[in-house]
Amino acid sequence: MENLGYLLAAYAVIWAVVFGYILVLLRKQRKLKKQVDALKESMEK
Amino acid sequence: MNGNHNLRNGILWGLGFVLMIAALYMVFAYVPTEKHGGIVQRIFYFHVPVAWVSFLAFFVTFIYSILYLWKRETKWDAVACASAEVGVIFTTLVLITGPIWAKPAWGIWWTWDARLTTSLVLWLIYVAYLLVRGLTGEPSRAARYGAVIGIVGFIDVPIVFLTVNLWRTQHPTTIIFEGGLTSPMLATLMVCIVAFTVLYIVLIIQSAGLKNLEAEIRRLRIMKAE
Repeated sequence: MENLGYLLAAYAVIWAVVFGYILVLLRKQRKLKKQVDALKESMEK
Repeated sequence: MNGNHNLRNGILWGLGFVLMIAALYMVFAYVPTEKHGGIVQRIFYFHVPVAWVSFLAFFVTFIYSILYLWKRETKWDAVACASAEVGVIFTTLVLITGPIWAKPAWGIWWTWDARLTTSLVLWLIYVAYLLVRGLTGEPSRAARYGAVIGIVGFIDVPIVFLTVNLWRTQHPTTIIFEGGLTSPMLATLMVCIVAFTVLYIVLIIQSAGLKNLEAEIRRLRIMKAE
């Protein structure tokens, strides 16, 4: 089990970065959808 | 149409999740520990697929950049840019997991050998791609500049791949194609490659979709102003 820390660190970094990127995309999606809805609403008025 | 997209995305997310669980099971429970490398060699099963996805991502950027310069349609630019973004994420992971593996394997975190140096250059090229796009205000000019960098920058991808065969490097050669892996190791690597490729497809669809949405917002704002 020597060097187990390195193995866990490598996998932890991969998952942290991937999940971080997915979160960034989800946040951006929510923000853009709000903008589209607001724009469409203001154009219909 | 939207329903079909949601179904397709749902299937891809589900497939990606199942494949990742299978990949993790194979890496930690199925594949035997490599004799010389020890337990830390298991980093290989994610390090190589992540590197493969970054090459694939930059190849997609290269192709869609050519398409954009040819057709001048923003949908091609959205894919090129989304793929470069995902490519940078995965190249970052290559540059982090490599040194984490190198420290116990070689006794050093980093060495300026051909493979590592050209990989760092590759990362810098595509970070520059994203920066140039971000700093260029006008969208069509940003897309044009990005497309040129996306095409020229791709030259580094075959160089990175071939370094281990062209120069004497600290980094191992491409043992996958030379029969250096046992069957369980090869099977594990293949499942990991497929899992990461599906993850790449999922991410690029999401990211390109958002870039198209941004273009739509710009279009609506112009319409409103008129």
